[in-house]
Amino acid sequence: MHSSRKRKTTTAVAALVALPLSLSACSAGSLGSSDGDAEGTTINFLVDPADSSVKPAQAMADAFHAANPDITVELETRPAGTEGDNLIKTRLSTGSMADIFSYNSGSLFQQIDPAKNLVPLTSESFAGDVSDAFKPNVSVGDELYGVPIGTAFGGGVVYNKDVYAELGLSVPTTWDEFIANSQKIKDSGDGVAPVVQTYGETWTSQLFVLGDFHNVAAAEPSFADDYTANKAKYATDPAAIKGFEHLQQVHDLGLTNSDFASATLADGLRMVADGTGAQYPMLSAVAAGGLETAAGGDTDNVGFFALPGDDAATNGLTAWYPNGAYIPTSTTGAELEAAKKFAAFIASPEGCEAQTSASPPTGPYLVTGCELPSDVTALTQDVNAYFEDDKQSPALEFLSAVKGPSLEQITVQVGSGISTAAEGAALYDQDVEKQAQQLGLEGW
Amino acid sequence: MASTTTGLPPTPASPPQTSRAPRRSRKGTPYPGWFYLPAAVVYLSIFIVPTIVSFYFSLTRWNFSSSEFIGLENFFQFFREPALVKGFTNTIIYAVVTSGLKVVLGMGLGVLLASQITGRAYLRSVVFFPVLVSTVGVGITFTALMNPSRGLINQVLELVGIAGPGWLTDPQLALLSVALVDVWKGVGLATVIYIAGIVSIPPEYTEAAAVDGASPWQQFRSITLPLSWPATSTVVTLSLIGGLRSFDLIWAMTRGGPGFTSDVIASVIYKQYQAGFYGLSTAGNVLLFIVVTAIVIPLTRWLAKKEVAM
Repeated sequence: MHSSRKRKTTTAVAALVALPLSLSACSAGSLGSSDGDAEGTTINFLVDPADSSVKPAQAMADAFHAANPDITVELETRPAGTEGDNLIKTRLSTGSMADIFSYNSGSLFQQIDPAKNLVPLTSESFAGDVSDAFKPNVSVGDELYGVPIGTAFGGGVVYNKDVYAELGLSVPTTWDEFIANSQKIKDSGDGVAPVVQTYGETWTSQLFVLGDFHNVAAAEPSFADDYTANKAKYATDPAAIKGFEHLQQVHDLGLTNSDFASATLADGLRMVADGTGAQYPMLSAVAAGGLETAAGGDTDNVGFFALPGDDAATNGLTAWYPNGAYIPTSTTGAELEAAKKFAAFIASPEGCEAQTSASPPTGPYLVTGCELPSDVTALTQDVNAYFEDDKQSPALEFLSAVKGPSLEQITVQVGSGISTAAEGAALYDQDVEKQAQQLGLEGW
Repeated sequence: MASTTTGLPPTPASPPQTSRAPRRSRKGTPYPGWFYLPAAVVYLSIFIVPTIVSFYFSLTRWNFSSSEFIGLENFFQFFREPALVKGFTNTIIYAVVTSGLKVVLGMGLGVLLASQITGRAYLRSVVFFPVLVSTVGVGITFTALMNPSRGLINQVLELVGIAGPGWLTDPQLALLSVALVDVWKGVGLATVIYIAGIVSIPPEYTEAAAVDGASPWQQFRSITLPLSWPATSTVVTLSLIGGLRSFDLIWAMTRGGPGFTSDVIASVIYKQYQAGFYGLSTAGNVLLFIVVTAIVIPLTRWLAKKEVAM
């Protein structure tokens, strides 16, 4: 019994010791890189460590240097997740941030105190090139603080077009149509799973709830604010609870694949690609990333549509926006000019092209003049259409910092029939409370 | 002899011999008190201080860089945690099932492997082998074996016409499946303890009983079983403590799922850490400490008393 206690406290101590270590390691790196180029200006650019962020960032840095030989952009990476959040906040508050850095847009952006820590870009010439859909996610009041880096994506349904064509189905714009389509697929007797669920990877179970937010916001535009202020709850809000109810309904009607409890994301994508599954609620960027392998190269038969709600008139996509690139107030003089130039490059068609050359886009760049290459997958084209028609709105996590950590377990319970939608929603409301208290939000 | 030589061959020119005679021992030990210092510093800074600090942080809302004192709020919150009640019952079920099975199977295997059977040494190492394998490795392997549609276990069951259950995906079964794997992995240690216990029973008792015409069952019932009580109490204590604070196997196999159905206290606490609720999870650890202590101390006392009574 002693050893258990000790082991846990040691873990906590190890974490405490490791944190300052990682902080100092990074600031040491940034000091070291400043003496790289004696002539011209060198700016450093902090990005998260994922391959999908580093490669396009490096491509942009190279292309930018080619166009502006007197400015060198050096890449620096930071840890991902909470540790990265802490690092960003610490470096901003100590004035030791890189000259330009990439970080989440939306509610996480709001938490780094942009008005105090960041240089406003509103009056820069390139500000007009940033898509209006993206602007609210990197703005405080009237001031714009960031430019989009990477592509947007949506939470919706990845579906097999051949299955739809064979049964003469059309893309549903209401939930009832979605269920009717699913029933027809089930009744066709081909053994095709109408709705694919993959609880072997629990996070994938959240899509029915998270991807339904466009419909929640359409029905109740003030939900996000009320939710953040502890005035609206998933369990009691008639629009918000629908996501949980849909999840339960899909299970109760027996529309899911039989191995839903143990299937993984890769299984799900493979099923949609080879037509053993018809519809799979998923994030479009994740699907686009895994589909190539799952489908064996042929991805033309896989499309995408937004999770439908009650009203066909407001049908649209729940959107996730790319990170923003921001310039901290600690950047001054020649570095500031260089950083602004680089920001202008990021928010330009040349910047988009550089990113495309590093990895194929899985959704639209939110920059005026940036076109997707013509050879993108059918899925990405379907996602892009929602943005071009402006039938999209941000996911809840861009509007509110409140997100409970246990949602994925709760949606697995509801989706497996272990608990009802009402129980699940109530449980999630409790889960969220802890998060809000930890963040020190008002009204909790 | 030892006091006159330095280990080198005695040579005429070795005057230091006499100067070595006075020894530094004053209070019966040749070492000064500050020799304890390194160990004390390590123990104090790695065990004692964190333990005390964690008691403080369990009373705060803490995010590593700042903490806000909130009294007992974390403990109330922890008891309101819906997963916790489930976690508590699951922990008890898990601990009782695993330690019960380890006692029964361990004793059976112990009796078997302490007797004169062919290939005894080989069988002993086979039984003990799972103990040596990494728990997470075992967890991942069994997760694959227990996959409801592609797992080897259900494929074999299918051959004989049985539709195997979803070992890890059925909410009713998940916890028990993990417990069974825990037993598979841990029974080797219990067996070894039993073998030691059984072998140390003086053979005269069994010989005398055999002469008096006792059947093998009577010999087991009246000699082996009571006289291996020290082994039983060790196995019960060890496996119960192990079961109460079990985490690695459960996390590797189900992550507490499906939903919350196989959550135990330790996995509930871990999830709070993961979510960044450091104060709350520290409070959970304090609770776990108290619970394990409250169960194990009386239990060991009782077992020890019984042992003495023998």
